Amino acid sequence: MSTLAFVTGLAYLLAATLFVVGLHRMRAPATARRGNLVSAGGMVVAVAATVVFALVDSGGTLWGWLALVLGLIAGGSYGVLRARRVKMTDIPQLVSLFNAVGGGAAAAVAVAAFALHPSGPPLSATVSIPIVLDVLIGSVTFSGSLIAAGKLQGIVPGRPLTFRGSRLVNITVVTIALAAGVLALLSTHNLALLMAELVAALVFGVLMVLPIGGADAPVVVSLLNALTGLAVAMAGFAVDNQAMIIAGALVGAAGTVLTLQMAQAMNRSVMSIILGGFGTGDAPAPTGGQGQDLTNVRTVTADDLAIQLAYAQHVMIVPGYGLAAAQAQHEVAELAKLLTDHGVDVKYAIHPVAGRMPGHMNVLLAEANVPYTEMLQLDEANDAFPNCDIALVVGANDVTNPDARKPGNAVSGMPILDVDRARSVVVLKRSMSPGYAGITNPLFTDPKTGMFFADAKQGLSDTIAAVKEYVPA
Amino acid sequence: MIQTLFGNLAIFVLSLLVGFEVISKIPSTLHTPMMSAANAIHGVVVAGAIITASLAHSPTGYALTFVAGALAAANVFGGYTVTDRMLKMFTRPEPTEDRTHPQSPS
Repeated sequence: MSTLAFVTGLAYLLAATLFVVGLHRMRAPATARRGNLVSAGGMVVAVAATVVFALVDSGGTLWGWLALVLGLIAGGSYGVLRARRVKMTDIPQLVSLFNAVGGGAAAAVAVAAFALHPSGPPLSATVSIPIVLDVLIGSVTFSGSLIAAGKLQGIVPGRPLTFRGSRLVNITVVTIALAAGVLALLSTHNLALLMAELVAALVFGVLMVLPIGGADAPVVVSLLNALTGLAVAMAGFAVDNQAMIIAGALVGAAGTVLTLQMAQAMNRSVMSIILGGFGTGDAPAPTGGQGQDLTNVRTVTADDLAIQLAYAQHVMIVPGYGLAAAQAQHEVAELAKLLTDHGVDVKYAIHPVAGRMPGHMNVLLAEANVPYTEMLQLDEANDAFPNCDIALVVGANDVTNPDARKPGNAVSGMPILDVDRARSVVVLKRSMSPGYAGITNPLFTDPKTGMFFADAKQGLSDTIAAVKEYVPA
Repeated sequence: MIQTLFGNLAIFVLSLLVGFEVISKIPSTLHTPMMSAANAIHGVVVAGAIITASLAHSPTGYALTFVAGALAAANVFGGYTVTDRMLKMFTRPEPTEDRTHPQSPS
């Protein structure tokens, strides 16, 4: 082993250690930011070692390095700009976009490793197999993540887009991609076949994500994130780079675990999400809802809610998708601050999938300066509900549905927040319409529940104004 | 060649196992920043772009280098920046605030 290879290997070992330590520190909010910085340090080490290795090992041309620097400046400044300016409610689609470009980069590296191979002995199978796999996975995640980002952003319709015979078209496209890949392996250096594989894989990425409902999109983003990790690991095999293999495999595993946890919290199987055609996000629900009997519903106003809150000792706020959609995180934090200053104990009960993707609600509340110690996870919150004088549900529905404890319906078995065990409940929501699961929520007709029909942002602002009247500042 | 492959396969499999072990312990509170952080880590594909740059000796090579470099840089710089932005908002309650506003029930 040459000195160069030895030093590079050591540097990659250090980088890998920093990645793992960084991820490890992300387990707790107090150390998470440091963890991310440690991981960034690992990235600097890996990149520096690669630059030295590439310069000494093969040298390259001035034009090659110039093209790289120009690319890094263009892509880097675009990425930093978007990252600095993004609104916290739009985080899911930005993560999806960054995932797309990662997959695209992995595919580009594989194409380059194939196209730039000097004529002479053909590529060995240990290199060409990873190349073909990388092109396949990288292209699918590139186009798939772009469509998912479009769905989250609202550029691509959130409803499942299906057409007659779509399954047949999918099978045909996958067959073309696989056949072109296998032929590229068998033939001697046929770039056209690799490009055919790339195009077919890009088309498949689009076809795969289009039929998936907007509400399921975050799970798909997470799955594609895992796949990009694998694509990067394959690229690592193709160019014999251990840093890429290790980091790619780490992300592949991380993304898989996250995907399974998200799907579980939504009470959906990953397979049914991929098969698509469910989870409308914005379309009217198939059952219940529309004709729901309002006679058993007790409505409350901002004034009623304000009095209840002002005289409570323990308040639990249950934020949901409606709050994220209305961008009402600052209002809810202001209301909580007002009550806390008045001596009321206020906590937040956060369901694992509240917001637009798991953990997104925590980010939104953190943006509104809510300390993470006030955000309770599912189990902690459920222990606390029986002691709550009032549970204020803002724009959440299915995650509070007590029917989840009974068998035989769409939410059966889903982990829920036991809001109905609080002493009283107020649900701030625009209408009685059912949530994502498309079923009615008996919580809304519970005698101890008051329904406050309003937009989350407006309703909270009115409540803040009302509380201020009862509670002199 | 076969030795290299086995070495690489071994670190691939072991890294997968480490990934499963490290990630499965993360609380749901941090899932979004976590996903974003993992996303930033696969920006290591920028190393692939660097290797591509060193192998490029033709206009095709330069074009592929530029594309790979730009896409990878957007991934790695954007990914770390947005993750840091999210995580720096996660704060503890300020002790001073607690003293000025005692939590006693009125």
